[in-house]
Amino acid sequence: MRKPLSAFAVHAILGLYTLLALFPIVLVVMNSFKAKRAIFNTPLQPPGPSTFDPVGYTRVFDDSSLPLYYLNSITVTVGTIFFTLLFGAMAAWALTEYKFRFNTLLALFLSIGIMVPIRLGSVSIIQLVAELNLINTLTALILVYTAQNLPLAIFILSEFIAQIPKDLREAARCDGLSEYNIFFHIILPLIRPAMATVAVFTMIPVWNDLWFPLLLAPAGGKQTITLGVQQFLGQYITDWNAVLAALSTAIVPVLLLYVIFSRQLIRGLTSGAVK
Amino acid sequence: MAEVLIENLKKSFGSVEVLKDIDLTVEDGGFVVLVGPSGCGKSTLLRAIAGLEPVSGGTITIGGRKVNDLAPAQREIAMVFQSYALYPHMDVAANMGFGLKFAGTPKAEIEARVAEAARILQLEPLLKRRPRELSGGQRQRVAIGRAIVRKPQVFLFDEPLSNLDAALRINTRVEIARLHKLLAATIVYVTHDQVEAMTLADKIVVMNQGRIEQQGKPLDLYYRPANLFVAGFIGSPAMNFLKGQVVAAGVDLGVDGRLAVPLPQGMAAGTPVTLGIRPEHMRIAAGEGALHLAATVELVERLGETGFAHLRLASGTVAIAEIRGDTGLKTGDRTHVALDAAHLHLFGADGRRLG
Repeated sequence: MRKPLSAFAVHAILGLYTLLALFPIVLVVMNSFKAKRAIFNTPLQPPGPSTFDPVGYTRVFDDSSLPLYYLNSITVTVGTIFFTLLFGAMAAWALTEYKFRFNTLLALFLSIGIMVPIRLGSVSIIQLVAELNLINTLTALILVYTAQNLPLAIFILSEFIAQIPKDLREAARCDGLSEYNIFFHIILPLIRPAMATVAVFTMIPVWNDLWFPLLLAPAGGKQTITLGVQQFLGQYITDWNAVLAALSTAIVPVLLLYVIFSRQLIRGLTSGAVK
Repeated sequence: MAEVLIENLKKSFGSVEVLKDIDLTVEDGGFVVLVGPSGCGKSTLLRAIAGLEPVSGGTITIGGRKVNDLAPAQREIAMVFQSYALYPHMDVAANMGFGLKFAGTPKAEIEARVAEAARILQLEPLLKRRPRELSGGQRQRVAIGRAIVRKPQVFLFDEPLSNLDAALRINTRVEIARLHKLLAATIVYVTHDQVEAMTLADKIVVMNQGRIEQQGKPLDLYYRPANLFVAGFIGSPAMNFLKGQVVAAGVDLGVDGRLAVPLPQGMAAGTPVTLGIRPEHMRIAAGEGALHLAATVELVERLGETGFAHLRLASGTVAIAEIRGDTGLKTGDRTHVALDAAHLHLFGADGRRLG
């Protein structure tokens, strides 16, 4: 049994951290429902009858391009998660299961990506994307984000795949499954919790990124929501109601995705397989 | 069902030879048990038959078909793993039918075969459960069921009872023997438990350091072990060994005295030999005699009707003799032990059986 005092201390620290982390988000959501004057005069007060004003939301939803930007963001995020998980799991499976020449070297090469920030290569990425005629396409973003997230995904998934008992794969081989079927029907279902973890890790930076949308898809109706919000931020005038409302609504899709993935984060999926 | 023929099979990991020239025939419908100490290569041999371990030389033939280069599934074998290796994300029925599904078997046929296997193994009430909701014995039965539904040419068992508790192990052992009769299956079975080997096998194959030391019927191995290794490995407690050399009228054991042992013809005096005698062929005797040895009781283990006396001979060698009933023997007693001449084994200096 844990001592009640230390349990209390742990919860106090966690609670404090939660407050700290949630404070700016609460502030954004709260102020998005207020009139412009109230945002600046009493930024820390919740919206009251006199200060409530949904003008930010009306302006966001009236703007015909914003739903498109949401869709772009969702497409890019979901596409990135899909390809990162698919290729990440495949590479992780190959690197852990098969012994071939340059296996270790390849694993090392792939893990270098964890240490070197992809943004260092921005200039050459722009050149590459331009030569491929992919500027202002979502494909460019998905490709770059998949490349950015693959190293960590391979690293995490390899660890999990290595923990799957060898007997299971051999039983499947005796059962006559092809290597692809073993991967899709045995390995993938068993590393679901790990894939959910990777999905969450992948999704948030991609959703929030401003850098690559700005460089690779800044126009042509291919802007993501983080970039789309920028239209309300002017050099001289900033429509704070609209900015806050757009940011508040931008939380919803990523929150939904998180809920979906976190349901997969259950432990003990392999229990009962062996022994 | 089919015959398995193994000829000159070799397997090396790097420079280490784990299987050296294995020759083995498993008759159609036969039950062959591979036994040996850990690291002797018995599991490697089984995995080589299964196709999970590539071999370095020799041939494996199953049902008249050379299978060296075939994948496990094409060899028409089914393996039951020590760890059961059930697919944790599928229920019992799906686990058993999984291989068939990928072989393109019609759904009705899969269901019929799974139902049949479930009936044989009394798994019917468990078909919708996941492996984690089953006990060890039930998981083992599912693993066997998964093998049965595929109707393989050969069943391969890799220490299937090692993870079960003692009572369940006996039940499952009987169950496997029953299945063997029922399915008329060809079975290759790996174990380190000699009770399993003795009770289940038509043929026991004793392996040591990648070699087959002896193969034969269980009782042949027990009564006529071909060499010291098999003599020491089969039987529990192990056979007692006494070192000595040939003299005119028998064997001289040095300080332990001379025994008038019948020798095979043509043994030159002075040849070093090892006498082997099982505990159940030694009994505590009152006084001196032709085949008697003086000993001091070190320890008495009483198991009820029978028991074992650990005896120290004059030379310091420890021998174990079976005792029957309550003999009143206790530690420190000086006594004699009589050897049964009919069950003496004689081994030469190279470890081979003489005579």
